Amino acid sequence: MGLVMPDFGLLFWMVLSFSLLMWLLGKFAWKPILKALSAREDSIEKALQSAEHAKSEMLKLHAGNEKLLKEAMLERERIVKEARELKDSIVREAKNQAVVEANKVMEEAKAAIIRERAEAVNEMKSVISTFSIEIAEKILKEHLSDNKKQKDLVANYMENIKLN
Amino acid sequence: MLKSSITFILLFVTILSTFLTVKAEDNSSAGSSHTTEKFNASKLIMDHIADAYEWHIAKIGSTHVSLPLPVILYSSNSGFHIFSSSHFHHGTESYSGFLIAGEASKYKGKIVELAVDGSEVRPFDISITKNVVSLFASIVILLLIFTTIAKRYKEGFDRPPKGIQSWMEPIVLFIRDDVVKASIGEEKHQKYLPYLLTVFFFILINNVMGLIPILPGGANLTGNIAITLVLALFTFVIILFSGSKDYYMHIVNAPGIPWWLKLPIPLMPFVEIMGVFTKPFVLMVRLFANITAGHIIVLGFYSLIFIFGEKSIYAGFGVSVISIAFTIFMGLLELLVAFIQAYVFTLLSALYIGMALEQHEEHSEKRH
Repeated sequence: MGLVMPDFGLLFWMVLSFSLLMWLLGKFAWKPILKALSAREDSIEKALQSAEHAKSEMLKLHAGNEKLLKEAMLERERIVKEARELKDSIVREAKNQAVVEANKVMEEAKAAIIRERAEAVNEMKSVISTFSIEIAEKILKEHLSDNKKQKDLVANYMENIKLN
Repeated sequence: MLKSSITFILLFVTILSTFLTVKAEDNSSAGSSHTTEKFNASKLIMDHIADAYEWHIAKIGSTHVSLPLPVILYSSNSGFHIFSSSHFHHGTESYSGFLIAGEASKYKGKIVELAVDGSEVRPFDISITKNVVSLFASIVILLLIFTTIAKRYKEGFDRPPKGIQSWMEPIVLFIRDDVVKASIGEEKHQKYLPYLLTVFFFILINNVMGLIPILPGGANLTGNIAITLVLALFTFVIILFSGSKDYYMHIVNAPGIPWWLKLPIPLMPFVEIMGVFTKPFVLMVRLFANITAGHIIVLGFYSLIFIFGEKSIYAGFGVSVISIAFTIFMGLLELLVAFIQAYVFTLLSALYIGMALEQHEEHSEKRH
């Protein structure tokens, strides 16, 4: 029976010292310990969150870079294509221009040649007519140097007139 | 590994000391003219489990080696008395009218005052007994451990745990997260956490100290009904003061129960009110019974050695091998029980507090 009968002295000391223990531990141990533990947990959580944030930020950045790179490549292609087109068009235009220019020069040259030739022909005609008059004069002078020949000629003309 | 080897060494020391004591007892009885005192296992066990006014360590030859403790008494006849328990000469002599009651008395083992008519009167007794010393020792140890740890935490929460801190931190976290938060809930647990942590570590350290057979340990503190009574009382008072309106309404008028169980004869309210008291009562008895039983079993195995030794010395040695093996096993088992009982007490306290705090919104809807 003594075993299950609480002893007053022990009850007294237990209530007293356990209350004291609770107060002391609560004030000097649990408070700082629990505060530190929750502070640590908070900081871990915060660190994890910021790491996650940084990761997503990195991914975003990476995706942005990729996009930028892609855009840059597209831009380059476009520029190169444009340049090629420009070059082609310039070359084509130049060719056309050249052909036109050449044609024009040819035309002009042809015209000049024709004109020159005509002038030359005209000059030649006048020179030839002068020469032929001089030759005819000389021949006539030769032929009509004696009387007999003059008379034959006149006779000849007369004969021709008769035929007509 | 370390823990079990420590336990083993401690058990070995106990075995040795018990052996020496009983052997010495044999010598003394042979030396004196008294008839040989028979080994009394139940007396040995009960003396160990009960409280004492002195801390008996060993008996060498016919001299007792013990630590005398202060006796503090108040008697209505003779007023205040403070004196050393050594004045009783191990319970054999009386001192200024006080003596330790013998086997036949109903105050067996307690200090009584002899009245004029020769009857024994129990004075107002707040002596520093063996259990009180053990209690103080455990409190000092707890304060030392946890203020040391707290100092480290104050240095900065981001420092990694070191030494004893890394032993205690997982336990504190376990109690906080898996016991208190799980039972009471996230938002209100902080109020009850200091009490529950104190209870857990108090029970744990005293359970473990009870397993250590040398001086500050070895007392059967958590196996003493007064200690478990106070612990259960604290939980009980906390439950009473933190009980919500719903909790008390539930006791008086439990919802979802047919009215005829409540109205002419208040059967359900009676059961519910009983339940309020049985919860802390069960807490008290569970811890007391578990720890006391552990001590009884270990002591029983030791007693076997001497019971057989009385028949034949060789039988005693033979049985000692088995007894020691069983005691080591029991020691390890008790180490487990020390943790389990501390955990169970804390868990149930937290659960009861959590139940008292609960708000039953769904009951009003359930009423048809």
